[in-house]
Amino acid sequence: MNNILKIALRNLLRYKRRTLLTSALITIGVMAVLLFVSISGAFKSMMIGQITDSMLGHLQIHKRGYVASIDNLPLHLNLGGADMQKLETALDALDDVEAYSPRIKFGGMLSNFEETTNIRLNGVDPVREILASPLLSKRFLQGETSDGLLKPGEILMPELLALGMNVKLGATVVVVATNQDGSVNAKTFIVSGILEGISGPGGRDGYIHLDDAREILRITENEANEYAIRLKNPDALESVGKQLAAGLGGELNKQGKPKYEIHTWEKLSPFYNIARMIDMMTLFIKLMLISIVLVSVMNVMIMAVFERIREIGTIAAVGTSPGKILSLFLVEGLSLGILGSVVGAALSLAAIAVLQASPLTFDFGRQKGLLLSPTLDPMEIVVVSLLVVIVSTLASLQPAYKASRMEPVTAMRQV
Amino acid sequence: MSLVYAKDIAKTYQAGEVQVRAIKGLSFEIEPASFVSFVGPSGSGKTTLLNLIGCLDRPTSGHLTVAGTEVASLGRSDGARFRGKNIGFVFQDFNLIPVLTVYENVEYPLLMTAGYNARERRERIETLLEAVGMTDQLKKYPGQISGGQKQRVAVARALVGSPKVVLADEPTANLDHDTAFMVINLMKSMKAERETAFIFSTHDPKIVGEAEIVYTLEDGLLVSREDRRTGDE
Ligand SMILES: Nc1ncnc2c1ncn2[C@@H]1O[C@H](COP(=O)(O)OP(=O)(O)OP(=O)(O)O)[C@@H](O)[C@H]1O
Ligand SMILES: [Mg+2]
Repeated sequence: MNNILKIALRNLLRYKRRTLLTSALITIGVMAVLLFVSISGAFKSMMIGQITDSMLGHLQIHKRGYVASIDNLPLHLNLGGADMQKLETALDALDDVEAYSPRIKFGGMLSNFEETTNIRLNGVDPVREILASPLLSKRFLQGETSDGLLKPGEILMPELLALGMNVKLGATVVVVATNQDGSVNAKTFIVSGILEGISGPGGRDGYIHLDDAREILRITENEANEYAIRLKNPDALESVGKQLAAGLGGELNKQGKPKYEIHTWEKLSPFYNIARMIDMMTLFIKLMLISIVLVSVMNVMIMAVFERIREIGTIAAVGTSPGKILSLFLVEGLSLGILGSVVGAALSLAAIAVLQASPLTFDFGRQKGLLLSPTLDPMEIVVVSLLVVIVSTLASLQPAYKASRMEPVTAMRQV
Repeated sequence: MSLVYAKDIAKTYQAGEVQVRAIKGLSFEIEPASFVSFVGPSGSGKTTLLNLIGCLDRPTSGHLTVAGTEVASLGRSDGARFRGKNIGFVFQDFNLIPVLTVYENVEYPLLMTAGYNARERRERIETLLEAVGMTDQLKKYPGQISGGQKQRVAVARALVGSPKVVLADEPTANLDHDTAFMVINLMKSMKAERETAFIFSTHDPKIVGEAEIVYTLEDGLLVSREDRRTGDE
């Protein structure tokens, strides 16, 4: 085997320029794939992180039918105290769950005593909310979170609303809302923070304390209409979703349907489709890499066999078995692939190191200057390199087989 | 038992529509450690016959046994193994492997036939390169040595696996007169030293004079056998 490798490598060195060109082509292909995977992956996970960590959470639980009518923020689909007990017991039992936060979402009117406008509000438990959406504190344009997200009597205003109504930090505003039974209630709040708006559902909501929400809505019991759940590892999304569905699916409502609905962020955010597009593009780029490797290696190996017909005849005559001749050419193609992918992986790592030293910034919706710090999963390098190596071996298979089937006499007669 | 035993062997090539009867029924025997030459005009079937004996091609009919093996029965892989073990080749165009050095070219057949450890290989190669006078060119590549030197390396390569027979189809055709003689004499001394039979073809009458047994071919038929040691016809 050593000797086959030695001869294969010497043959590659014999046509230096051709070997260089082919492996450079493979190198460029590998780099294109790895850099695309890395940068788009960074973009994707950053956007997912923004969406899940600053408002949605990874999973949400509502009473059945809530999400379908979420645009009018119904109050008759609240989870009662018994429901909440059950949910929290189920959530506590799951190791993958890092934190969860019950919310009361409702729509109301906001007045600064001069103007009145619509507002969507989340009543939250500040301690639990910040655990479930840790990036919420990063959205503060004004105000601070050093002593907690907010206190009772305080409101976090979305940026555009504050701007439009000319409400400043520390100002007093009134929130008016209709209760479940149709009566109207109002409460004054001090603006303790202005939040940057972010793209996607809930990105322009205000926040108040859970107790204040219950007070305005005249809810006396322990009630909520949404649970936002944060996972320790976002990759566990599917499995936690399934476990929750299995655990809670047994709870049926009066119609005999499951009582609760569990949504992953993917179902709640339109960004999921963009993430899917990125995955599709990655797949296409990989397919292109495969074709580049296939065509270029096959081309080189067909030429190699063609040029060396006499040599093949000679080594067959002096006792080289067909199997060894086959492996000689397979190893040659394989070495081309290894050369290209090793150099490609090394250059990609270098390029990514440069990108990390001077990160790219980009804007997403209204968020400006997000830092992109691409990383390269070692697994991805292994997979792409393996792909290249396998494809280059496959590409050499036909020429190598042809070489191994040559009759020594016919081959040696060639000029 | 004879080394090569041929009984009524014939070889017909199919060249498109036409059949070419290159060899038309030959019978002969070659003893171990003999120095045999096939001579004859161009197209008389010398190369065809040597390819048959060398197990590179199969006779169309007849029986051909080399080193006790019926060669027509060998498949591709078995044929390669058989050649590696029993037959050495010296080619008209030298056919050294260009990417291997002189030393590695001689080593090559040993690597392809299992059963030699590194020390055995080195001993064999060094002995042979010494015998053909190429010890000072070990590290050179075929492209860096002369035709005569290439053919000496080829002789060393042919002998390195201790084959029972070395086949050489016009081994001196590409060499000048003096070099040709040198190569033939090298083969002759190797034959004496190593008990290996040499079978070569040529149409150079001066070279023929060096052979012990000379077969003359004409139009695919054996027309004479001359044993120059005894003077038999
Ligand atoms: N592969 C082939 N296909 C068809 N005909 C062939 C083939 N090889 C040889 N022949 C024919 O067989 C006959 C014998 O050829 P061969 O090469 O054995 O002659 P030779 O004695 O070696 O000639 P030379 O001295 O020119 O090398 C010739 O008529 C040749 O044209
Ligand atoms: Mg000939």
